[in-house]
Amino acid sequence: MKFLKLPLSAEEKRALHAGDAVCLSGTIYTARDCAHRRIFELLDADMPLPFSLKDAFIYYAGPCPAPAGKPVGSCGPTTSARMNMFAPRLLKLGLGGMIGKGEMSEEVRRTIAECGAVYFAAVGGAGAIYGNCIKKSDCVAFPDLLSEAVYRFEAENLPLVVAIDSAGNCIYP
Amino acid sequence: MRSISTQQIADCVYRLARRAGLTLTEPCREALKRAAEAESGAAKFALETILENETVAKRENLPVCQDTGMAVVLLEIGQDVALTGEPLQNAVDDGVRRAYRDGYFRKSLCDPLTRVNTGDNTPAHVHVDIVGGDHVRVTFLAKGFGSENMSRLAMLTPAEGREGILRTIVEAVAGAGSRPCPPVVVGVGIGGSFDSCALLAKKALTRDIGTRNAREDVAAIEREALSRINALGIGAQGFGGKVTALDVLCEIAPTHIAGLPVAVNMQCHCVRCEKEEL
Repeated sequence: MKFLKLPLSAEEKRALHAGDAVCLSGTIYTARDCAHRRIFELLDADMPLPFSLKDAFIYYAGPCPAPAGKPVGSCGPTTSARMNMFAPRLLKLGLGGMIGKGEMSEEVRRTIAECGAVYFAAVGGAGAIYGNCIKKSDCVAFPDLLSEAVYRFEAENLPLVVAIDSAGNCIYP
Repeated sequence: MRSISTQQIADCVYRLARRAGLTLTEPCREALKRAAEAESGAAKFALETILENETVAKRENLPVCQDTGMAVVLLEIGQDVALTGEPLQNAVDDGVRRAYRDGYFRKSLCDPLTRVNTGDNTPAHVHVDIVGGDHVRVTFLAKGFGSENMSRLAMLTPAEGREGILRTIVEAVAGAGSRPCPPVVVGVGIGGSFDSCALLAKKALTRDIGTRNAREDVAAIEREALSRINALGIGAQGFGGKVTALDVLCEIAPTHIAGLPVAVNMQCHCVRCEKEEL
Protein backbone atom coordinates (compact mmCIF):
# COMPACT_ATOMS: atom_id res chain seq x y z
CA MET A 1 0.00 0.00 0.00
CA LYS A 2 1.45 3.37 -1.08
CA PHE A 3 0.57 6.57 0.78
CA LEU A 4 0.32 9.59 -1.50
CA LYS A 5 -0.32 13.29 -0.93
CA LEU A 6 -1.77 15.55 -3.60
CA PRO A 7 -0.62 17.30 -5.72
CA LEU A 8 1.39 14.49 -7.32
CA SER A 9 4.67 15.23 -9.09
CA ALA A 10 5.31 13.77 -12.54
CA GLU A 11 7.80 11.43 -10.90
CA GLU A 12 5.29 10.23 -8.31
CA LYS A 13 2.78 9.54 -11.09
CA ARG A 14 5.33 7.62 -13.15
CA ALA A 15 5.97 5.38 -10.15
CA LEU A 16 2.31 4.29 -10.08
CA HIS A 17 1.27 1.17 -11.96
CA ALA A 18 -2.18 -0.09 -12.86
CA GLY A 19 -3.34 -2.41 -10.08
CA ASP A 20 -1.39 -0.68 -7.28
CA ALA A 21 -3.39 -0.06 -4.11
CA VAL A 22 -2.87 3.45 -2.71
CA CYS A 23 -4.08 5.68 0.10
CA LEU A 24 -4.54 9.18 -1.28
CA SER A 25 -4.76 12.39 0.76
CA GLY A 26 -5.11 16.05 -0.16
CA THR A 27 -7.44 18.41 -2.02
CA ILE A 28 -9.89 17.01 -4.56
CA TYR A 29 -12.91 18.48 -6.35
CA THR A 30 -16.20 16.68 -6.95
CA ALA A 31 -17.90 16.97 -10.33
CA ARG A 32 -20.52 14.81 -12.02
CA ASP A 33 -22.47 15.11 -15.27
CA CYS A 34 -24.18 18.48 -14.69
CA ALA A 35 -21.12 20.19 -13.18
CA HIS A 36 -19.02 19.06 -16.17
CA ARG A 37 -21.59 20.54 -18.52
CA ARG A 38 -21.38 23.85 -16.64
CA ILE A 39 -17.56 23.77 -16.63
CA PHE A 40 -17.61 23.24 -20.40
CA GLU A 41 -19.98 26.20 -20.83
CA LEU A 42 -17.51 28.37 -18.89
CA LEU A 43 -14.58 27.09 -20.98
CA ASP A 44 -16.48 27.75 -24.22
CA ALA A 45 -17.29 31.29 -23.08
CA ASP A 46 -13.68 31.90 -21.97
CA MET A 47 -14.88 32.51 -18.44
CA PRO A 48 -12.86 31.72 -15.29
CA LEU A 49 -13.39 28.28 -13.73
CA PRO A 50 -14.36 27.76 -10.09
CA PHE A 51 -11.03 26.00 -9.48
CA SER A 52 -7.73 25.76 -11.31
CA LEU A 53 -7.48 22.59 -13.38
CA LYS A 54 -3.69 22.57 -13.20
CA ASP A 55 -2.66 19.37 -11.37
CA ALA A 56 -6.12 19.15 -9.80
CA PHE A 57 -7.94 15.87 -9.22
CA ILE A 58 -11.63 15.52 -9.98
CA TYR A 59 -13.64 13.03 -7.95
CA TYR A 60 -16.66 11.75 -9.86
CA ALA A 61 -19.03 11.82 -6.92
CA GLY A 62 -22.14 13.39 -5.47
CA PRO A 63 -22.29 13.22 -1.68
CA CYS A 64 -25.18 12.60 0.66
CA PRO A 65 -26.05 15.59 2.86
CA ALA A 66 -23.80 16.09 5.89
CA PRO A 67 -25.27 14.93 9.20
CA ALA A 68 -24.57 17.11 12.27
CA GLY A 69 -20.88 17.12 13.17
CA LYS A 70 -19.64 15.76 9.83
CA PRO A 71 -18.36 17.71 6.82
CA VAL A 72 -20.16 15.41 4.41
CA GLY A 73 -22.34 12.28 4.34
CA SER A 74 -21.69 9.09 2.39
CA CYS A 75 -19.63 9.80 -0.67
CA GLY A 76 -18.44 6.95 -2.87
CA PRO A 77 -17.62 7.20 -6.58
CA THR A 78 -20.09 7.35 -9.45
CA THR A 79 -19.69 5.64 -12.85
CA SER A 80 -16.76 7.34 -14.62
CA ALA A 81 -17.75 6.25 -18.13
CA ARG A 82 -20.46 8.93 -18.20
CA MET A 83 -17.65 11.50 -18.13
CA ASN A 84 -15.79 9.96 -21.12
CA MET A 85 -16.86 12.90 -23.26
CA PHE A 86 -15.51 15.46 -20.78
CA ALA A 87 -12.24 14.02 -19.45
CA PRO A 88 -9.92 14.43 -22.51
CA ARG A 89 -10.38 18.20 -22.81
CA LEU A 90 -9.81 18.73 -19.08
CA LEU A 91 -6.72 16.50 -19.10
CA LYS A 92 -5.28 18.53 -21.99
CA LEU A 93 -5.86 21.67 -19.91
CA GLY A 94 -3.66 20.26 -17.14
CA LEU A 95 -5.96 18.17 -14.95
CA GLY A 96 -3.79 15.88 -12.83
CA GLY A 97 -6.27 13.02 -12.99
CA MET A 98 -9.57 11.61 -11.90
CA ILE A 99 -11.06 9.37 -9.25
CA GLY A 100 -14.17 7.36 -10.06
CA LYS A 101 -15.34 3.84 -10.65
CA GLY A 102 -15.28 1.57 -13.65
CA GLU A 103 -13.68 1.58 -17.05
CA MET A 104 -13.21 4.69 -19.19
CA SER A 105 -12.99 4.99 -22.97
CA GLU A 106 -9.98 4.28 -25.17
CA GLU A 107 -9.76 8.01 -25.89
CA VAL A 108 -9.52 8.78 -22.18
CA ARG A 109 -6.86 6.09 -21.69
CA ARG A 110 -4.80 7.52 -24.55
CA THR A 111 -5.14 11.09 -23.29
CA ILE A 112 -4.10 10.04 -19.77
CA ALA A 113 -0.93 8.56 -21.27
CA GLU A 114 -0.29 11.64 -23.46
CA CYS A 115 -0.71 13.99 -20.50
CA GLY A 116 1.02 11.81 -17.89
CA ALA A 117 -2.11 11.84 -15.74
CA VAL A 118 -3.58 9.01 -13.66
CA TYR A 119 -7.04 7.56 -13.09
CA PHE A 120 -7.78 6.02 -9.71
CA ALA A 121 -10.68 3.65 -9.08
CA ALA A 122 -12.48 3.97 -5.79
CA VAL A 123 -14.66 1.04 -4.68
CA GLY A 124 -18.23 1.68 -5.77
CA GLY A 125 -20.79 1.14 -3.06
CA ALA A 126 -18.37 1.93 -0.24
CA GLY A 127 -19.86 5.37 0.35
CA ALA A 128 -19.58 5.34 4.13
CA ILE A 129 -15.82 4.62 4.05
CA TYR A 130 -15.12 7.37 1.50
CA GLY A 131 -17.41 9.88 3.24
CA ASN A 132 -15.51 9.20 6.44
CA CYS A 133 -12.21 10.07 4.72
CA ILE A 134 -13.41 13.61 3.96
CA LYS A 135 -12.29 15.97 6.71
CA LYS A 136 -13.47 19.28 5.21
CA SER A 137 -15.92 20.19 2.49
CA ASP A 138 -16.74 23.52 0.82
CA CYS A 139 -19.11 24.09 -2.05
CA VAL A 140 -17.08 26.08 -4.59
CA ALA A 141 -19.51 26.23 -7.53
CA PHE A 142 -23.06 25.62 -8.75
CA PRO A 143 -24.81 25.23 -5.35
CA ASP A 144 -28.15 24.96 -7.16
CA LEU A 145 -27.03 21.50 -8.34
CA LEU A 146 -27.21 20.26 -4.72
CA SER A 147 -25.34 16.92 -4.53
CA GLU A 148 -24.10 17.53 -8.09
CA ALA A 149 -22.40 20.84 -7.21
CA VAL A 150 -18.61 21.19 -7.14
CA TYR A 151 -17.26 20.56 -3.64
CA ARG A 152 -13.65 21.03 -2.58
CA PHE A 153 -12.76 18.17 -0.24
CA GLU A 154 -9.81 17.75 2.05
CA ALA A 155 -9.41 13.99 1.91
CA GLU A 156 -7.43 11.68 4.17
CA ASN A 157 -6.34 8.22 3.10
CA LEU A 158 -8.85 7.42 0.38
CA PRO A 159 -8.41 3.70 -0.39
CA LEU A 160 -7.96 3.53 -4.18
CA VAL A 161 -6.59 1.32 -6.93
CA VAL A 162 -4.61 2.71 -9.85
CA ALA A 163 -6.96 1.96 -12.75
CA ILE A 164 -5.12 3.70 -15.62
CA ASP A 165 -1.50 4.69 -15.00
CA SER A 166 0.49 7.50 -16.62
CA ALA A 167 1.86 5.11 -19.24
CA GLY A 168 -1.69 4.18 -20.26
CA ASN A 169 -1.75 0.71 -18.69
CA CYS A 170 -5.26 -0.21 -17.59
CA ILE A 171 -6.51 -2.58 -14.92
CA TYR A 172 -9.73 -3.35 -16.80
CA PRO A 173 -9.54 -6.22 -19.29
CA MET B 1 -63.30 -5.59 5.51
CA ARG B 2 -60.20 -4.38 7.35
CA SER B 3 -59.50 -0.70 7.43
CA ILE B 4 -55.88 0.45 6.99
CA SER B 5 -54.94 4.11 6.96
CA THR B 6 -52.51 5.19 4.27
CA GLN B 7 -50.69 6.96 7.12
CA GLN B 8 -49.73 3.46 8.35
CA ILE B 9 -48.36 2.73 4.89
CA ALA B 10 -46.45 6.04 4.92
CA ASP B 11 -44.92 5.20 8.30
CA CYS B 12 -44.04 1.70 7.09
CA VAL B 13 -42.34 3.10 3.97
CA TYR B 14 -40.44 5.49 6.24
CA ARG B 15 -39.16 2.65 8.45
CA LEU B 16 -38.19 0.45 5.52
CA ALA B 17 -36.43 3.26 3.63
CA ARG B 18 -34.41 4.32 6.69
CA ARG B 19 -33.32 0.72 7.30
CA ALA B 20 -32.63 -0.02 3.62
CA GLY B 21 -30.26 2.93 3.24
CA LEU B 22 -28.00 1.69 6.01
CA THR B 23 -27.89 -2.07 5.54
CA LEU B 24 -27.40 -4.75 2.94
CA THR B 25 -29.78 -7.68 2.94
CA GLU B 26 -28.47 -10.69 4.88
CA PRO B 27 -28.27 -12.98 1.79
CA CYS B 28 -26.35 -10.21 -0.04
CA ARG B 29 -23.85 -9.85 2.80
CA GLU B 30 -23.32 -13.61 2.95
CA ALA B 31 -22.83 -13.82 -0.83
CA LEU B 32 -20.26 -10.99 -0.67
CA LYS B 33 -18.37 -12.82 2.11
CA ARG B 34 -18.24 -15.98 -0.01
CA ALA B 35 -17.03 -13.92 -2.98
CA ALA B 36 -14.29 -12.27 -0.90
CA GLU B 37 -13.05 -15.70 0.16
CA ALA B 38 -13.01 -16.92 -3.45
CA GLU B 39 -11.11 -13.96 -4.91
CA SER B 40 -7.59 -12.57 -4.72
CA GLY B 41 -5.78 -9.34 -5.63
CA ALA B 42 -7.69 -6.15 -6.46
CA ALA B 43 -11.07 -7.93 -6.57
CA LYS B 44 -10.53 -9.25 -3.04
CA PHE B 45 -9.51 -5.75 -1.92
CA ALA B 46 -12.75 -4.36 -3.40
CA LEU B 47 -14.94 -7.02 -1.75
CA GLU B 48 -13.28 -6.62 1.64
CA THR B 49 -13.71 -2.84 1.36
CA ILE B 50 -17.41 -3.33 0.55
CA LEU B 51 -17.88 -5.58 3.60
CA GLU B 52 -15.97 -3.20 5.89
CA ASN B 53 -18.04 -0.35 4.49
CA GLU B 54 -21.22 -1.76 5.98
CA THR B 55 -19.59 -1.85 9.41
CA VAL B 56 -18.50 1.77 9.02
CA ALA B 57 -21.99 2.73 7.81
CA LYS B 58 -23.55 1.18 10.91
CA ARG B 59 -21.03 2.74 13.29
CA GLU B 60 -21.21 6.21 11.75
CA ASN B 61 -24.94 6.04 10.95
CA LEU B 62 -24.18 6.77 7.28
CA PRO B 63 -25.86 5.29 4.19
CA VAL B 64 -23.87 2.36 2.79
CA CYS B 65 -23.82 4.00 -0.65
CA GLN B 66 -24.25 7.68 -1.47
CA ASP B 67 -26.62 6.66 -4.25
CA THR B 68 -29.49 6.08 -1.88
CA GLY B 69 -31.48 5.40 -4.98
CA MET B 70 -34.80 5.88 -6.58
CA ALA B 71 -37.46 4.75 -4.11
CA VAL B 72 -39.20 1.72 -5.63
CA VAL B 73 -42.21 0.66 -3.57
CA LEU B 74 -44.09 -2.55 -4.37
CA LEU B 75 -47.44 -2.86 -2.66
CA GLU B 76 -49.54 -6.00 -2.40
CA ILE B 77 -52.94 -4.87 -1.22
CA GLY B 78 -55.49 -7.44 -0.14
CA GLN B 79 -58.88 -6.81 -1.68
CA ASP B 80 -60.52 -7.07 1.74
CA VAL B 81 -58.61 -3.96 2.82
CA ALA B 82 -60.28 -0.54 2.78
CA LEU B 83 -57.65 2.19 2.52
CA THR B 84 -58.47 5.40 4.36
CA GLY B 85 -56.80 8.79 4.57
CA GLU B 86 -54.57 10.58 2.05
CA PRO B 87 -54.33 9.21 -1.50
CA LEU B 88 -51.92 6.27 -1.63
CA GLN B 89 -49.23 7.90 -3.80
CA ASN B 90 -49.18 10.98 -1.55
CA ALA B 91 -48.78 8.79 1.52
CA VAL B 92 -45.91 6.78 0.03
CA ASP B 93 -44.22 10.00 -1.10
CA ASP B 94 -44.60 11.39 2.41
CA GLY B 95 -42.80 8.34 3.86
CA VAL B 96 -40.02 8.65 1.28
CA ARG B 97 -39.67 12.41 1.80
CA ARG B 98 -39.31 12.08 5.58
CA ALA B 99 -36.94 9.10 5.37
CA TYR B 100 -34.59 10.78 2.90
CA ARG B 101 -34.58 13.99 4.95
CA ASP B 102 -34.08 12.38 8.38
CA GLY B 103 -31.59 9.80 7.12
CA TYR B 104 -29.41 12.39 5.35
CA PHE B 105 -29.91 10.39 2.18
CA ARG B 106 -29.11 11.91 -1.19
CA LYS B 107 -32.00 13.31 -3.17
CA SER B 108 -31.33 11.79 -6.56
CA LEU B 109 -34.44 12.51 -8.63
CA CYS B 110 -34.62 15.25 -11.24
CA ASP B 111 -36.55 16.39 -14.29
CA PRO B 112 -35.19 14.42 -17.25
CA LEU B 113 -34.90 17.51 -19.47
CA THR B 114 -34.08 20.47 -17.24
CA ARG B 115 -32.19 18.20 -14.77
CA VAL B 116 -33.63 20.26 -11.91
CA ASN B 117 -33.72 18.12 -8.76
CA THR B 118 -37.18 17.43 -7.30
CA GLY B 119 -35.58 18.21 -3.94
CA ASP B 120 -36.99 15.40 -1.81
CA ASN B 121 -36.44 12.18 -3.78
CA THR B 122 -40.12 11.96 -4.72
CA PRO B 123 -42.10 10.79 -6.55
CA ALA B 124 -41.67 7.22 -5.38
CA HIS B 125 -42.09 4.57 -8.05
CA VAL B 126 -45.12 2.72 -6.76
CA HIS B 127 -46.41 -0.54 -8.22
CA VAL B 128 -49.62 -1.99 -6.81
CA ASP B 129 -50.93 -5.55 -7.03
CA ILE B 130 -54.40 -6.25 -5.75
CA VAL B 131 -54.38 -9.71 -4.18
CA GLY B 132 -56.65 -11.82 -1.99
CA GLY B 133 -56.76 -11.31 1.77
CA ASP B 134 -56.79 -8.39 4.19
CA HIS B 135 -53.11 -7.55 4.45
CA VAL B 136 -50.83 -4.96 2.87
CA ARG B 137 -47.35 -6.14 2.03
CA VAL B 138 -44.81 -3.36 1.50
CA THR B 139 -41.50 -3.92 -0.29
CA PHE B 140 -39.01 -1.06 -0.44
CA LEU B 141 -36.12 -1.21 -2.91
CA ALA B 142 -33.54 1.59 -2.92
CA LYS B 143 -32.50 1.37 -6.58
CA GLY B 144 -29.18 2.88 -7.58
CA PHE B 145 -28.78 4.11 -11.12
CA GLY B 146 -25.22 3.16 -12.00
CA SER B 147 -26.65 -0.33 -12.36
CA GLU B 148 -30.10 0.73 -13.59
CA ASN B 149 -28.37 2.46 -16.54
CA MET B 150 -26.94 -0.90 -17.65
CA SER B 151 -30.37 -2.57 -17.90
CA ARG B 152 -31.92 -3.54 -21.20
CA LEU B 153 -35.01 -5.01 -22.83
CA ALA B 154 -35.03 -7.27 -25.86
CA MET B 155 -38.06 -8.28 -27.90
CA LEU B 156 -36.85 -11.69 -29.07
CA THR B 157 -38.62 -13.94 -31.55
CA PRO B 158 -40.11 -17.19 -30.24
CA ALA B 159 -37.54 -19.12 -32.31
CA GLU B 160 -34.68 -17.59 -30.32
CA GLY B 161 -36.05 -19.44 -27.30
CA ARG B 162 -34.08 -20.45 -24.24
CA GLU B 163 -30.68 -19.83 -25.85
CA GLY B 164 -31.81 -16.33 -26.89
CA ILE B 165 -32.83 -15.59 -23.31
CA LEU B 166 -29.47 -16.75 -21.97
CA ARG B 167 -27.60 -14.77 -24.64
CA THR B 168 -29.54 -11.60 -23.79
CA ILE B 169 -28.77 -11.93 -20.07
CA VAL B 170 -25.06 -12.70 -20.53
CA GLU B 171 -24.54 -10.00 -23.19
CA ALA B 172 -26.15 -7.39 -20.92
CA VAL B 173 -23.68 -8.20 -18.15
CA ALA B 174 -20.71 -8.45 -20.53
CA GLY B 175 -21.60 -5.12 -22.16
CA ALA B 176 -21.99 -3.42 -18.79
CA GLY B 177 -18.49 -4.50 -17.76
CA SER B 178 -17.23 -2.63 -14.70
CA ARG B 179 -19.87 0.11 -14.86
CA PRO B 180 -22.79 -1.28 -12.79
CA CYS B 181 -20.61 -1.99 -9.70
CA PRO B 182 -20.11 -5.74 -10.04
CA PRO B 183 -20.56 -8.26 -8.54
CA VAL B 184 -24.07 -7.60 -9.78
CA VAL B 185 -27.41 -9.19 -9.10
CA VAL B 186 -29.34 -9.72 -12.32
CA GLY B 187 -33.12 -9.45 -12.32
CA VAL B 188 -34.71 -10.97 -15.41
CA GLY B 189 -38.25 -10.76 -16.74
CA ILE B 190 -39.25 -13.41 -19.26
CA GLY B 191 -42.51 -12.96 -21.16
CA GLY B 192 -45.40 -10.59 -20.59
CA SER B 193 -45.39 -7.43 -22.71
CA PHE B 194 -42.91 -4.61 -23.32
CA ASP B 195 -43.94 -2.89 -20.08
CA SER B 196 -44.84 -5.81 -17.80
CA CYS B 197 -41.65 -7.66 -18.72
CA ALA B 198 -39.55 -4.83 -17.27
CA LEU B 199 -41.64 -4.86 -14.11
CA LEU B 200 -41.10 -8.62 -13.77
CA ALA B 201 -37.36 -8.00 -13.88
CA LYS B 202 -37.64 -5.34 -11.19
CA LYS B 203 -39.75 -7.65 -9.00
CA ALA B 204 -37.19 -10.42 -9.46
CA LEU B 205 -34.65 -8.13 -7.78
CA THR B 206 -36.73 -8.10 -4.60
CA ARG B 207 -36.27 -11.87 -4.19
CA ASP B 208 -33.51 -13.03 -1.87
CA ILE B 209 -30.18 -13.96 -3.40
CA GLY B 210 -29.87 -17.74 -3.47
CA THR B 211 -33.59 -18.46 -3.90
CA ARG B 212 -34.60 -20.29 -7.08
CA ASN B 213 -37.70 -19.85 -9.19
CA ALA B 214 -40.31 -22.49 -8.33
CA ARG B 215 -40.42 -23.64 -11.97
CA GLU B 216 -37.55 -26.02 -12.62
CA ASP B 217 -37.03 -24.88 -16.24
CA VAL B 218 -36.78 -21.25 -15.07
CA ALA B 219 -34.49 -22.18 -12.18
CA ALA B 220 -32.26 -23.96 -14.70
CA ILE B 221 -31.99 -20.72 -16.72
CA GLU B 222 -31.02 -18.87 -13.52
CA ARG B 223 -28.27 -21.39 -12.78
CA GLU B 224 -27.00 -21.55 -16.36
CA ALA B 225 -26.94 -17.74 -16.77
CA LEU B 226 -25.06 -17.33 -13.47
CA SER B 227 -22.46 -19.86 -14.49
CA ARG B 228 -21.93 -18.24 -17.92
CA ILE B 229 -21.71 -14.75 -16.36
CA ASN B 230 -19.12 -15.85 -13.83
CA ALA B 231 -17.04 -17.28 -16.67
CA LEU B 232 -16.74 -13.76 -18.15
CA GLY B 233 -13.94 -12.85 -15.74
CA ILE B 234 -15.11 -9.25 -15.08
CA GLY B 235 -14.95 -9.68 -11.30
CA ALA B 236 -15.66 -7.26 -8.47
CA GLN B 237 -15.54 -3.64 -9.71
CA GLY B 238 -14.26 -4.96 -13.04
CA PHE B 239 -10.87 -5.73 -11.50
CA GLY B 240 -10.99 -9.27 -12.91
CA GLY B 241 -12.12 -12.38 -11.05
CA LYS B 242 -14.41 -15.33 -10.68
CA VAL B 243 -17.43 -13.55 -9.19
CA THR B 244 -19.07 -11.13 -11.64
CA ALA B 245 -22.63 -11.82 -10.45
CA LEU B 246 -23.90 -12.84 -7.02
CA ASP B 247 -27.05 -14.30 -8.54
CA VAL B 248 -29.50 -14.30 -11.46
CA LEU B 249 -33.18 -14.11 -10.48
CA CYS B 250 -35.82 -14.73 -13.14
CA GLU B 251 -39.57 -14.16 -13.13
CA ILE B 252 -41.81 -15.45 -15.88
CA ALA B 253 -45.30 -14.66 -17.26
CA PRO B 254 -47.29 -15.75 -20.32
CA THR B 255 -46.61 -13.72 -23.45
CA HIS B 256 -48.06 -13.34 -26.97
CA ILE B 257 -47.63 -16.22 -29.47
CA ALA B 258 -45.61 -13.83 -31.67
CA GLY B 259 -43.04 -12.76 -29.11
CA LEU B 260 -40.51 -13.44 -26.38
CA PRO B 261 -39.76 -10.28 -24.37
CA VAL B 262 -36.73 -10.46 -22.08
CA ALA B 263 -35.88 -7.67 -19.65
CA VAL B 264 -32.58 -7.53 -17.77
CA ASN B 265 -32.61 -5.23 -14.76
CA MET B 266 -29.15 -4.77 -13.30
CA GLN B 267 -28.58 -4.37 -9.58
CA CYS B 268 -25.23 -3.48 -8.04
CA HIS B 269 -23.74 -5.53 -5.19
CA CYS B 270 -25.38 -3.16 -2.74
CA VAL B 271 -28.81 -4.79 -2.43
CA ARG B 272 -30.97 -2.65 -0.19
CA CYS B 273 -34.43 -4.17 -0.02
CA GLU B 274 -36.72 -4.26 3.02
CA LYS B 275 -40.15 -5.82 3.48
CA GLU B 276 -42.95 -5.60 5.99
CA GLU B 277 -46.54 -6.80 6.21
CA LEU B 278 -49.30 -4.70 7.73
